[in-house]
Amino acid sequence: MTEKRKAILLSISLLIGFIIIGELVTGNGKRGGENLTEYQQLMGMGEPQAHVPGPLEVFKLGFKELSHPFYDNGPNDKGIGTQLFYSIARVLAGFSLAVLFALPIGFLIGMSPLFYKALQPYIQILKPVSPLAWMPLALFIIKDSIMSSVFVIFICSIWPMLINTAFGVMSVKKDWLNVGKTLEMGNFKTAFKVILPAALPTIFTGMRISMGISWLVIVAAEMLVGGTGIGYYVWNEWNNLDLSSVVFSILMIGIVGMFLDTIIAYFSTFFVYQE
Amino acid sequence: MSVKSLDNPYSEKSNLAHGAGCNCNSCNSNTVQTSSLPQNEEQIVNRVVETSIIKALFGGNDVKRRQFIKTVGESTFKAALLSVLPMGLLQSCANDTKKKTENGGATAKTTSKLEKTTLNIGFVPITCATPIIMSKPMGFYEKYGLNVDVIKTAGWAVARDKSLNKEYDASHMLTPMPLAMTMGAGSVASPYVMPAVENINGQAICLHLKHKDKRDPKQWKGFKFGVPFEYSMHNFLLRYYVAEFGLDPDKDIQIRVVPPPEMVANLKAGNLDGYLSPDPFNQRAVYENVGFLHMLTKDIWKGHPCCAFACSDEFVKTKPNTYSALFSAIIDATHYSSKLENRQAISEAIAPKNYLNQPASVIAQVLTGKYADGLGNIINEPDRIDFDPFPWHSMGVWILTQMKRWGYVKHDIDYKKIAEQVYLATDCASKMKEQGYEAPNITYKKHYIMNKEFDPSKPDEYVNSFAIKAI
Repeated sequence: MTEKRKAILLSISLLIGFIIIGELVTGNGKRGGENLTEYQQLMGMGEPQAHVPGPLEVFKLGFKELSHPFYDNGPNDKGIGTQLFYSIARVLAGFSLAVLFALPIGFLIGMSPLFYKALQPYIQILKPVSPLAWMPLALFIIKDSIMSSVFVIFICSIWPMLINTAFGVMSVKKDWLNVGKTLEMGNFKTAFKVILPAALPTIFTGMRISMGISWLVIVAAEMLVGGTGIGYYVWNEWNNLDLSSVVFSILMIGIVGMFLDTIIAYFSTFFVYQE
Repeated sequence: MSVKSLDNPYSEKSNLAHGAGCNCNSCNSNTVQTSSLPQNEEQIVNRVVETSIIKALFGGNDVKRRQFIKTVGESTFKAALLSVLPMGLLQSCANDTKKKTENGGATAKTTSKLEKTTLNIGFVPITCATPIIMSKPMGFYEKYGLNVDVIKTAGWAVARDKSLNKEYDASHMLTPMPLAMTMGAGSVASPYVMPAVENINGQAICLHLKHKDKRDPKQWKGFKFGVPFEYSMHNFLLRYYVAEFGLDPDKDIQIRVVPPPEMVANLKAGNLDGYLSPDPFNQRAVYENVGFLHMLTKDIWKGHPCCAFACSDEFVKTKPNTYSALFSAIIDATHYSSKLENRQAISEAIAPKNYLNQPASVIAQVLTGKYADGLGNIINEPDRIDFDPFPWHSMGVWILTQMKRWGYVKHDIDYKKIAEQVYLATDCASKMKEQGYEAPNITYKKHYIMNKEFDPSKPDEYVNSFAIKAI
């Protein structure tokens, strides 16, 4: 058996084990039974109580939701597909904006040690700020909840790209630059022919980190401002203490996050080269 | 018959001197271009309003009018006139009055032109918002020609911000919020108005089941309580209630702001010992076997206001017809909700995911007032929640006294002035009468909160009469 097959087998048995244990430790929320008194009925004894769902219950719900992913029952109740679509659109908007700013500035910082030293303290202070801390400020200034979530994604995803771009540009081998010099390449040509290709793998790593952060941020942002998106979906289901839907959306958030990461990883393979 | 008197009054070419019985040659021959004349009844009324104002400007002298317009130009004249006169408003008033007299003065439905028919109205998913929410599935907005989307909102801070950002045309708010927003307490100052109250009563103090034996508030020292918002009746009623039992709400207990949907989960997790929150979350805690209902807020203040329908002062001024239609829909819906026999149907209409997203039986227990208290009893209190749109100024003054009492406003305030500016009691009364409902003729009355009298004419004495306060 090859290593790969072993890994797949182990993966599947972990999943089966997880499902069995999950089913054993969770209940179905049923209480009471037939012949309830009026008081028991009012207490909701005839209907299931809020509970942590077992894996099968989540799968069942997932099947139901995914067979109608784009239903529309009004502005506050849309299918999971529609909600994910809104979230992905916001993430892509914020992320692309961040790319537009991060790459040129990162390049500048990487090329000039002076800028690097001057901007370093600001970047280090702004980098660890939580997305939700930006939200009130964004809402107040931008005065639009959707644009505010896009802004929050922008401001949170810009730093890893900025730092990685700068780092990638800085760590281009001196030899390569010297070769460029002996060939009498201009500054502009050096930047695009030597530095950019050399720095691209590092830049892509930064983009992957940023995309991961954007996807983390959007859920929190949408839970806060509501309206549409997967974050709102989680909040709305939590409202009704419907944990099956919450667990299901956790799964969906994970899957979409992985998907986004894979796309960028796939693109980066075009720019990897062997020395 | 001459139709020339209905010709465009802004133009120097039209001659307005020809009345209905004019016998001059030009009127007898049918040479008048009818295309420039108003085509339907409403346009005719609009044209008459314009013409009479312009005629009055020139003292009825048509020659002077035509000379003047010829000198300055038609468009300049029109623009100058419209910049000083709210022509649209005058025209719609004239149309409304005309229709009212045609309908015998009763329940005149305003069909005059709506400035905006697609509206977004925010709500927080609680039973207090019943009239605002159920107007959508039960068609009250449609009846007044409005296409409204009711948008679910995570909490009141967001509802406030989205209203200030104009993402919402109007919103469900808590009765103290428009007062606080107008004064700039807790947000930027922006003039807000509250045309109508949504519900009265309808809140409860809910405690964790482990406190079953601690029914005397004196035993609550060190408790952690949740309220939905700082500027809420919930906060002010809870503070009032514990203070009457000798506890200082700022020192002896902890009051936290928790969004209503998170109350039950927090109670279950033990983060809260209890809360004074909007329903259905009190009843939901009972339903989930987590808590019990210590008391209903109607036993603190019978008929206290809770939630409100609010919008910006700007919306009222710039879109008077839309505002009026929306206001009518809300008043109708509020009266519909106040009838007990409709409550079961309403519960089912607002239970789905798009609205409250709660089990219908929980909502029905709140709205019908026949409920389980979590301690083994079925209680029947038909006035557990009720709906009454009239925004008493005295209620506004009471709320302001409590803001003052607990230090939310530090400076001296003119209680009556703010209450009268924000709570549109007289507008509401005339709207109610217009739609055939009974309305009070006064806007101030005495209230009794836990048997203590509140006299709205002596707000400062009232604040000073409390032993426990934060000033």
